[in-house]
Amino acid sequence: MTTLATAPRARTAAASSARPGAHLAADVWTMVRRCVLLVSRDVDSLVMGVALPVMLMVVFVYVFGGAIQAGLDGTTYLNYVTPGIVLLCAGFGAANTALAVQQDVAGGIVDRFRSMPVTAWTLLVGHVVASVVKNLVTTGVVVGVAYLMGFRPDATLAEWLGAVGIIVLWVVAITWAATFVGVVVRSVDAASAATFVMLFVPYVSSAFVPPQTMPALLRGFAEHQPVTPVIETIRGLLTGTELGTSPVLAVVWCVGIATVFAVLAGVVFGRRRHRAG
Amino acid sequence: MNDSPAVEAEGLTHRYGSVGVLDGVDLTLHRGEVLALLGPNGAGKTTTVRILSTLLEPTGGRARVAGFDVVREARRVREVISVTGQSAAVDDKLTGRENLVTMARLAHLPRAEVRARVDELLDAFDLASAAGRRVGTYSGGMRRRLDLAAGLVARPRVLFLDEPSTGLDPRARQDLWDVVRDVVAQGTSLLLTTQYLEEADQLADRVAVLDGGRVVADGTPAALKARVGEAAVELDLATADDAARVGSALGLVPGPGVGEPGATTALRVPTDGTLAHVRDVLDRVDATGVVPRGWSVVSPTLDDVYLALTGHPTEHPTEQEDAA
Repeated sequence: MTTLATAPRARTAAASSARPGAHLAADVWTMVRRCVLLVSRDVDSLVMGVALPVMLMVVFVYVFGGAIQAGLDGTTYLNYVTPGIVLLCAGFGAANTALAVQQDVAGGIVDRFRSMPVTAWTLLVGHVVASVVKNLVTTGVVVGVAYLMGFRPDATLAEWLGAVGIIVLWVVAITWAATFVGVVVRSVDAASAATFVMLFVPYVSSAFVPPQTMPALLRGFAEHQPVTPVIETIRGLLTGTELGTSPVLAVVWCVGIATVFAVLAGVVFGRRRHRAG
Repeated sequence: MNDSPAVEAEGLTHRYGSVGVLDGVDLTLHRGEVLALLGPNGAGKTTTVRILSTLLEPTGGRARVAGFDVVREARRVREVISVTGQSAAVDDKLTGRENLVTMARLAHLPRAEVRARVDELLDAFDLASAAGRRVGTYSGGMRRRLDLAAGLVARPRVLFLDEPSTGLDPRARQDLWDVVRDVVAQGTSLLLTTQYLEEADQLADRVAVLDGGRVVADGTPAALKARVGEAAVELDLATADDAARVGSALGLVPGPGVGEPGATTALRVPTDGTLAHVRDVLDRVDATGVVPRGWSVVSPTLDDVYLALTGHPTEHPTEQEDAA
């Protein structure tokens, strides 16, 4: 081994600044870069993230679709169900983020970050941004497959942008919820169990069947849970169904969920250093 | 502040719930020095390192690193330290180079310097040829070297290594020690925890023995060994009769000290370990006409020190200290 110039030496003025905000933007960017790289190397979950929604779409459209179609008027079931599949796909991506955060927290790397002059929650932001990037890719593939199957949205460019915007908002919201789960739970199993909810909740919404067909109790839940306004907004923008108050509700839900869980995750993550480890 | 010791801890205490882990730890690491924190599982080694590296707040007591308070000036402390813990702090899915680049950026190295610094570390840690491979494919020794390199990108003034060679094979351990000596030679102060007495002996200028949450002994390896006893010439004799004859010639009573307790065929002759003295002892044995079955010069090991100070032998080296 060659000799090593490790001699401690004075750092540049910029580097030795103790102001917490001095390197915030650079730290966030480094964390985002790391998390995106990690996601891109996790081929298994990427394949799964695309394959699962595509298989679900095939099952819903070609297996259940015929029966469900009878209860729909004016649109094809494929047009009806595609936005729901996109959200399901986002839920799957968020579940993976919970696992990634849990692994970071359980492993040694968080301790290294915390022992460096880096603001700790930039790591969480890195995971959330990586999740958004990943979901945009998988959503693109899902919509592409839907198109091949006959999905024909009649949206203008502005409507497309709006739909993408609401999908991103939703992904940010549930990814923050998943990040909170990842920070709180102590094991991979617990993270999987907790995120199961994210995969299940879309089923009791207007994602796959109109809530009017459900029993009163479920229908009440389906009509007032956050997935439904998000779905109705995407559906309205892409396929021209009635929008109503859905966009407003969707944005309020997404921003609310994102804010609450981002704050909770940040607080719990920041507090961990007082605990055993 | 530049004249401050690398580490100064006074009366550090820590409790997890109702369980006390640290019970008043006093430590000083002078600048440029290597201090080994030696202790059995649960003695509080990891907890001490976590407090000093700002990962954990102490329940009581005070600690300063490079003159900065670990609680009130944690951020300043983080700018001058690096800590490498027991679980590897590297990403398996990234390549060795990507890992180091990430750390260099988080350490706020000037952009223009990142590449050169990463190349330099990859060379120094013998990882240049594996730089483009994912860390998941590395051997345990390579991974540990990368972990250490990642901690050194920012040229820390004070380095904490928590059981650096646990789980490494002897060859990988030697390589790691070489790298650590190299780093220390450049002026970095090092506090390492270990369960391996040999590691403390090899690397440390000073050893602090931690037991039950307190420092029970602190000194150079040689001074600690001297506290337990001096070197001795041990003679193994064929019969009790022989032992008595040699013993009276040397002015000693045969007895315990060698072999089994109560043995009457063994003699332990204190020596300063010099050639002249050992020769003198052997000449006097020779003069009695008795031929010993065997003889050796023994000096106390850190194991003896450890046993004498803590009342229990060192732990099995593969066990992990678990402070959680």
